[in-house]
Amino acid sequence: MLLLNVFLAITWAAVTGVMSASNLLTGFILGYGVLWIVGRSTGQAVYFAKVGQVVRFVLQFLRELLVAGLRVAVDIVTPRHLMKPAILAIPVKSTSDAETTMLANVITLTPGSLILDVSPDGKTLYVHAMYARDVEAARREITDGLGQRVHEVFS
Amino acid sequence: MMTTVLASLLAVFGTAFMILAGVGIIRLPDLYCRASATTKAATLGIGCLLAATAIHFGDLRVTTRVLATIAFLFLTAPVAAHLIGRAAYRSNAPLWQGTVRDELASRQK
Repeated sequence: MLLLNVFLAITWAAVTGVMSASNLLTGFILGYGVLWIVGRSTGQAVYFAKVGQVVRFVLQFLRELLVAGLRVAVDIVTPRHLMKPAILAIPVKSTSDAETTMLANVITLTPGSLILDVSPDGKTLYVHAMYARDVEAARREITDGLGQRVHEVFS
Repeated sequence: MMTTVLASLLAVFGTAFMILAGVGIIRLPDLYCRASATTKAATLGIGCLLAATAIHFGDLRVTTRVLATIAFLFLTAPVAAHLIGRAAYRSNAPLWQGTVRDELASRQK
């Protein structure tokens, strides 16, 4: 489905004669709409749910990136250290190594959290979090936030 | 006009984050926090600067290169940070005294 959508986008760009990024994007969105109309009758809803999930994941990730970045930035410039660092064991309901890798990468990319180790069975990530005033709340924040989004995209 | 403002804002944000990352290396108390601050703030900073470049030039050749650079940066930076953190923990780099909990300690034994 994704391939078909990309193909439709390239076709759109070729037919309109403008090979620019914005025109390819227009083609992609139009193709997505066409596939959605066609897919409704043939019952292939998975792709559309997946695209929505990917978009939600990217938005959530960008939000975390900004919020956490500002929090760390404020802590660096103010004279007192407000942070309460902790090393937390985060359970992952991961189904594949690719998903665990993705989740670990995303957590490490978020400012103020850093993966230190992965348990041998791949079911637990050990995260150094800079803001863990309430240990359980910090753990929930990661599992219910990015953990949930990544799991949706991969399941 | 609009693009100039946006590009300038992104460039200023990016530079500010890079400066903060540098200050963070000196100010933060232990290796783990420093690694957190520098890799992340630097990624965010470079991301903003590259986005500013793409918007400023508004050219497909520049934009694709910017996107590729950001993608590879986001793929490689966390791996390096993870390895540094793991190596530090294994060689018993001390945690800051304000650290509230260490759930990895029980597993190491």
